[in-house]
Amino acid sequence: MIAELGLAALWLAAALSVLQLVAGALGQRENSGELATLVRPAAVIQGVLAGISFVMLLCLFARTDLSVKLVAMNSHSDKPLVFKLAGAWGNHEGSMLLWVTVMALAGALIAAAEKRLPEKTMRATLAAQAFVGIGFYAFLLFASNPFERLPQPALEGLGLNPLLQDIGLAFHPPTLYFGYVGLSIAFSFAVGALLTRQVTPDFARAMRPWVLGAWIFLTLGITAGSYWAYYELGWGGWWFWDPVENASLMPWLAATALLHSASVLASRDALRAWTIMLGVVAFSMSMVGTFLVRSGILTSVHAFAVDPERGTFILALLVLYIGGALAVFGLRAGTVSEGQRFSLISREGALVFNNVMLSAILGVVLIGTLYPLLTEAFDVRVSVGPPYFNPVGAIFTLPMLAIMAVGPLLRWRQDRLERISKPAIAAAVAALAALVIVLLIGGVSVLPLLGLALAAGLAVASFMPLRGRKLTRVPTATWGMVIAHFGIAVALFGMASESAFSEERLAAVEIGGSAQVGKWNVALDAVDPVAGPNWTALQGRLFATYGDGSPIELGPQSRDFWSPVQQTTESALVTRWNGQLYAVLGNQNADGRWQLRLWWKPFVTFIWYGGMLIALGGLLALIGRLVGDIKRRRIRARGDVRRADEAELAAARPAAAS
Amino acid sequence: MMRWWLWIPLALFAGFAGLAAWQLTQPKNDFVVSAMIGNPLPSFDLRPATADRPGLSDAYFRDGRPKLLNVWASWCLPCIAEAPHLERLQRAGAEITGVAIRDRPEDVARFLNRYGNPYSRIGADDLSEVQLGIGSSGVPETFVIDGNGVIRYQHIGDIRAEHVPLLLEKLEEVGG
Repeated sequence: MIAELGLAALWLAAALSVLQLVAGALGQRENSGELATLVRPAAVIQGVLAGISFVMLLCLFARTDLSVKLVAMNSHSDKPLVFKLAGAWGNHEGSMLLWVTVMALAGALIAAAEKRLPEKTMRATLAAQAFVGIGFYAFLLFASNPFERLPQPALEGLGLNPLLQDIGLAFHPPTLYFGYVGLSIAFSFAVGALLTRQVTPDFARAMRPWVLGAWIFLTLGITAGSYWAYYELGWGGWWFWDPVENASLMPWLAATALLHSASVLASRDALRAWTIMLGVVAFSMSMVGTFLVRSGILTSVHAFAVDPERGTFILALLVLYIGGALAVFGLRAGTVSEGQRFSLISREGALVFNNVMLSAILGVVLIGTLYPLLTEAFDVRVSVGPPYFNPVGAIFTLPMLAIMAVGPLLRWRQDRLERISKPAIAAAVAALAALVIVLLIGGVSVLPLLGLALAAGLAVASFMPLRGRKLTRVPTATWGMVIAHFGIAVALFGMASESAFSEERLAAVEIGGSAQVGKWNVALDAVDPVAGPNWTALQGRLFATYGDGSPIELGPQSRDFWSPVQQTTESALVTRWNGQLYAVLGNQNADGRWQLRLWWKPFVTFIWYGGMLIALGGLLALIGRLVGDIKRRRIRARGDVRRADEAELAAARPAAAS
Repeated sequence: MMRWWLWIPLALFAGFAGLAAWQLTQPKNDFVVSAMIGNPLPSFDLRPATADRPGLSDAYFRDGRPKLLNVWASWCLPCIAEAPHLERLQRAGAEITGVAIRDRPEDVARFLNRYGNPYSRIGADDLSEVQLGIGSSGVPETFVIDGNGVIRYQHIGDIRAEHVPLLLEKLEEVGG
């Protein structure tokens, strides 16, 4: 019954999205009458229905209803409840339902709360959103129904991929999804504004919280995903330039550019066409990423839910939405005038530079990700990895970071470089000092060296916008920018020192023996079997000592799951302020010694601290913007009341006179 | 006013879509080939998994006759689906050896009584060492081993009716 209820709600939601599209599209005509007023209610009810549908799926997973195919395929009655629930979105169908649900709920929120834009633009936006939604509903209802029943209930579920039975990962995909879906809202706003030629600062302000929200989730998702890959996959790295990773990085790059160009549009009424373009591109990157991951046309270490038929469906959606939006862009963007002018040396100028560099990096990642596809067309199989991405990406990243350090110090419209020479010199001195120190340590290759120097300069520069201001009166959004930029410096420092100073040791150790890595001495005390709820494992007991410190006990495991059978590596980590010791237990050699893989990674944790700071900065900016909007609305409302009072007085006066 | 550069994004996207569409129509050969193919079996010596069949060691595979090595377990559901096809392979003259992954002797015996016993020998692989050693990552999997103990072919997943002739053909190939 629950499954049928969920399916019915999904069908109804799909029907309402059709109504939303038709009413929104016809509402563009001048005398569309009552039909146009249906757009907002349709969006709200659609959101509620999609929500109901997703809650029903959660119920099915919570109860482990094995008569439902999706549950039988992805869950198991032995699993802890939190992983049962996570199983609802840890698969293709469920994650698509989550996508559509979040999108519908966001649509409901816009329909209920957004009052800034002209009603016509709002209708076009909601119609565009319904248009995108319909494709996903069709995908769910015709090609991947999450509520499909089995002819015979299964005896037991097939379980969730044990690699995914991890609390971090259970919440990793929805985090990214919120990001992707937030960008779909930005896309709808862009299309709506383009269709009605209302590319105004108000449009940028209406779109900005969605972009910011999406960007925060993407940042958190990428940060968490990178840390998960680092400790769960057991190979000691934190970024692999894998297609799946790139699929989340590309929309982040586009969203970062969009965020900055929307700021220019909101405060300076410039970069109109460019902002629209990025709005379309950011969401396109989410869809292209989804397509590459799901269709199986690229092979990935994370490959999941691969299916060429689904790939065809997603490609059709891509062509329809992105192709359609870009065609509208080609037709209309020329009629959207570029707005205010500005000189090259100005805040806008720096932001344009940042945008161009971000787009170039996006291009580098996209080309690297698609290149194997292209060469395969000529029957050459290649794989593109760090030797391409790192140096080519750096060509654009390093100058972008340098401009990012000084950009926020510049004034809008026009400025002189002499005005910011003092803080710029301070940042340059910090960078130079770091460069010299690292050169003295020696043995560091060019890119990490430049990274460390830039990180130092950027860290200093990121606080410069606060210089000479009363800290209590600095707007929340500015704090957000300062912290996010500082976060980039912190993450960059982590990345550069990890690649510059990491030490690795692969040792065969007998019980009672020990191995050295960096300043660490790691002793192997025992290897014992242990059992968990649905796995067995061999667990090493290690005692790690840093210098003269006291020993810390570590328990890396080599874990075997039995439903389905799979072996995973549970690495063990010791975190100090200056880095992490990373230990993996390998197999036993024929002579009885155990393989231990040890890494000492100085300041590696700063990568993820940086990621969290960036997200925190985004959050502060979002809060600052929302509070500002509410204040502005209140002031405007007060103004409206005053105007209404005056109108009433004016109307009353002649009556009193007569 | 028409500006041609506004159409660049669409042109680039069209290129991507064309490439992706072409890729989707290409036949996929996603078969994961074990890195162990072409290598000799690692050395192992497993105790019998059940009382009525002997255990298994790598030395057993070096008698000049090709054999199938089936990685399975009594707790594995696809292994039940596979059982009748293993029996057909055995009736067609294939010798099938088994490696039981983390199993108890009584469970193995119960499984074989219920679903048939096509195995000449079954070794008990309690730590999955042999399984991992030959490049298998799940149950069931079936390997074709030639008369010198070299791994020649890997079949991932359960054996279905259509795979029986294929496996017989592979045995024929490596035997000849």
